[in-house]
Amino acid sequence: MKTKKIIFGIAFLLFFSFILVSALQMRPFGEPVFSEMDDYFIAHAQQETGTNNVVTSIVFDYRGFDTLGEATVLFTAICAIIALFREVTR
Amino acid sequence: MNPMSKIVRTITKFTYGIIIIFGLYIIVHGHLTPGGGFQGGAVTASAFALLLISYGNLTTDKFLKKDLFSFLESCGLTLFITLAFLGLGLTFFYNFLANSGGWFGNISAVGINPGDLNTGGVVPLMNIAVGLEVLSGLGLIVLVMAAAMEFTKKKENL
Repeated sequence: MKTKKIIFGIAFLLFFSFILVSALQMRPFGEPVFSEMDDYFIAHAQQETGTNNVVTSIVFDYRGFDTLGEATVLFTAICAIIALFREVTR
Repeated sequence: MNPMSKIVRTITKFTYGIIIIFGLYIIVHGHLTPGGGFQGGAVTASAFALLLISYGNLTTDKFLKKDLFSFLESCGLTLFITLAFLGLGLTFFYNFLANSGGWFGNISAVGINPGDLNTGGVVPLMNIAVGLEVLSGLGLIVLVMAAAMEFTKKKENL
């Protein structure tokens, strides 16, 4: 029992120190390592898709496949809920 | 579910239309202002939840129908996939309407501008499709769960 606690304490300290070190070494906000993609979207999204909202142009145009997956997940969840409550809605 | 007090019901009567209009506004203006199909659909579904909670199950049954919601949800997802396949001349999810001059095809001004509703190509149409799916899907969840509550209460009383 006591050795288990000691092992857990050491593991916790190790994990905590990892998190602390990575938090101290974090990059400042708004300065990514690679920003070619972001710069491209900010420069060209308005001309290419004609949308003022760049976030929407990425979600529905550049990464439309991702949104299709999201919509399908929602659809599947709703199908599952209706199947779960089939006694009620009959 | 029992209807809530008269104060709640009166306030609901005043506000639910405004909430639905605000949600539809977020859906339709998804390509100009922050928001989009998912967010606007969730806002609209919250109005349905408000109606259901304040009025109880029976009175809302007249215009909040399960079959209608089910139909609209399937329509939304089908419309979304159809719009994605229509761009298949170049690639899947190609924005074939943008800057074409036709439907939603006006050329957007570059830089900070107040925005034109008739821009964006398939993005507003996809926003409407996803919004339709989300609002009817979440409304359906709320309806079905309220019906299940009624069902279990009836079963416990027997």
